[in-house]
Amino acid sequence: MKVHQRLALAAVGLTAALAAGPAAADITIGVIASLTGPAAALGAETRKAVALFPPTIGGEKVNVILLDDATDPTSAVRNVRKLISEDKVDALLGPNLISTATAMADVANAEGVPMVSVAPLDVTGDKRTFVFRSEPSADLMVQRIVEDMVANGAKTVGFIGFSDSWGDLLLKALTRLTDGKIRIVATERYGRTDPSVQAQALKVIAAKPDVVFIGASGTPAAMPQITLRERGYKGRIYQSHGVTSKEFLRVGGKAVEGAVLPVGPVLVAEQLPDSHPAKATGTAFVKELEAKNGADTRSTFAGASWDAWLIVQNAMAAALKDKIQPGTPAFRTAVRDHIERTDKLVGTNGVYSISGADHAGYDPSAIVLVTVKDNQWRLLK
Amino acid sequence: MDDTIFLLLAQDGITNGAIYTLLALALVMVFAVTRIIFIPQGEFLAWGGLTMAALEAGSFPGIAWILLGTGAIAFAMDLYDAGRRAGRGRSAAHLARSAAWNLGYPAVLAGVVWVLPLGALPLAVKAALTLALVVPLGPMVYRIAFQPVAEASVLVLLIVAVALHLAMIGVGLLIFGPEGSRTSPFSDAMLDVGTMQIGGHTLAVIAASAALIAGLYLFFGRTLLGKALRATAVNRDGARLMGISPAFAGRLTFLLAAFIGTLSGLLFAPLTTVYYDSGFLVGLKGFVAAIIGGLGSYPLAAAGAVMVGLLESFSSFWTSAFKDVLVFTLIIPVLLWRSIASHHVEEDE
Repeated sequence: MKVHQRLALAAVGLTAALAAGPAAADITIGVIASLTGPAAALGAETRKAVALFPPTIGGEKVNVILLDDATDPTSAVRNVRKLISEDKVDALLGPNLISTATAMADVANAEGVPMVSVAPLDVTGDKRTFVFRSEPSADLMVQRIVEDMVANGAKTVGFIGFSDSWGDLLLKALTRLTDGKIRIVATERYGRTDPSVQAQALKVIAAKPDVVFIGASGTPAAMPQITLRERGYKGRIYQSHGVTSKEFLRVGGKAVEGAVLPVGPVLVAEQLPDSHPAKATGTAFVKELEAKNGADTRSTFAGASWDAWLIVQNAMAAALKDKIQPGTPAFRTAVRDHIERTDKLVGTNGVYSISGADHAGYDPSAIVLVTVKDNQWRLLK
Repeated sequence: MDDTIFLLLAQDGITNGAIYTLLALALVMVFAVTRIIFIPQGEFLAWGGLTMAALEAGSFPGIAWILLGTGAIAFAMDLYDAGRRAGRGRSAAHLARSAAWNLGYPAVLAGVVWVLPLGALPLAVKAALTLALVVPLGPMVYRIAFQPVAEASVLVLLIVAVALHLAMIGVGLLIFGPEGSRTSPFSDAMLDVGTMQIGGHTLAVIAASAALIAGLYLFFGRTLLGKALRATAVNRDGARLMGISPAFAGRLTFLLAAFIGTLSGLLFAPLTTVYYDSGFLVGLKGFVAAIIGGLGSYPLAAAGAVMVGLLESFSSFWTSAFKDVLVFTLIIPVLLWRSIASHHVEEDE
């Protein structure tokens, strides 16, 4: 009798243990960021966001593994393979650049691991079944700029941009979106580490554009504006959304006053009108981020990394509710499927409604225009 | 293109050319004396500029820690060598000198920098502090990386130089962070000459380069140390027989190279934003100039550097997207011409 009872108890215990088994497995998330190399400044922002990731999803422990891609597609791929084969990650976040993201996406898709890119990678087509993104496309951002140019009655625009894929992307967007409305009178290119952009600035000024668009990113984007102002250019200068960190303001100083740029709303979270959907999430995130890293350390890049996390977290919580065990292909597929069902998820940079047809799912109405005033970001009304 | 634009572009090209000149001269000098193609020359430029920026921001420059650490490694290597050669005399005096330079100097300097109110110092003092912090790394780096393999082939030395370059890039990211900085120019004055304006900083850059070239000319031509370096450059074994230590010559060369690199960094940082990895591309342009001079002629290298600067400036006006392509393509006809014009001497290994 006693023996039977004990056996029964043991059986109950075993069943309980087995039932708890799936729930006991940890979730593993791999993050790839450019912590070193030319895009190290962006990687640093992702690292800030990763430091804020909560330790659990739906009661399950989450292991986050952050690896560096050295701003190099080859090492991004190597690290993704490592994360998938050795760490058996359930999802991938990052990376920061389109070049590394493209390389990474092919692996993630082939191995069936859901990936949320922080770079504005093209996420359409069969080869991107498992690939999503949390960053609005450059087209949407440039669209906002062009609208503002038209509203201000600009007829001609000059372009100075990076001589790399980012510059190309912005120039293409500008060319397409201004077609028939505004004439591009000068297109000049420069490199991130160039000692001077005098020549380019002179040529742009010689073309007498009403406004200038600087298609660059980070602190190097300040140089054309400094030179243009030194040479006496008076028109409005637009910057791209790639400059949104305080380092840009520090390096640009007085010369970048009055620059206008489109951004994800997180940069000016507190200044948003209460009607803006991302105000609450953005303010909370910025508060937490700056409590940890110091005042004025926000950037849209950290916000985009955080939104990538929110998208994954949301889908994982749903997958866990379906009682699917993390660490299995079934879980990864379930996460992918649930990401495709993301409905009006409010992130720090806007609202995401992802579907099978639209893997970006970003609502462009969240984008705001900001300007630089007294060396601070100010929402442009 | 009108006259004003032409003059502005020329001014811009000559300013940058002056900085490339400094780097090209350092490369030629290091190669002549030690046979090292000194890839990390540009890193000294970046470190100099960023250290100056840190001092301007009033923060304790991280490079002081690197100086302390590098000095400690260099001293440890001297100590190890002394242990192996124990009993061959004059090692005690040698060690004492090594301890003073590699341990004492960085410690004293770090202490001084720690105490000083950095933000409030005048520009010249900050520049001097930057030189004092960065330049000693030159001889230390030579002691650690190159002295043990000084007799190796040019290829081995090149590989060591590449490794050193990568190590310095990594250390640079660690101590300076990924973001760039820009320092305030040495002079804000604007000079009106005819229709064009010349910035005070432009003049400072050209004057500093000219002064340095004159200084080097006098150093190599008139002083015993300079002549010793020249002798080593001509014939290492012969120079050694005359009592010139190749290790000493190497350290002295690296001291000069680091000085030139750091100085060019001080001149470069007010022109543009400097990043921890900016040095490589700028150094590469200096290298193109040095190649134009066949890695052997100082005047040709200087002329090449000005040519690179001008080419860069004018090509960024006409086709800015292909600027770097044009500058680096310049090296092909130069190499062709050099290989036809000069007869090749096999290096004996």
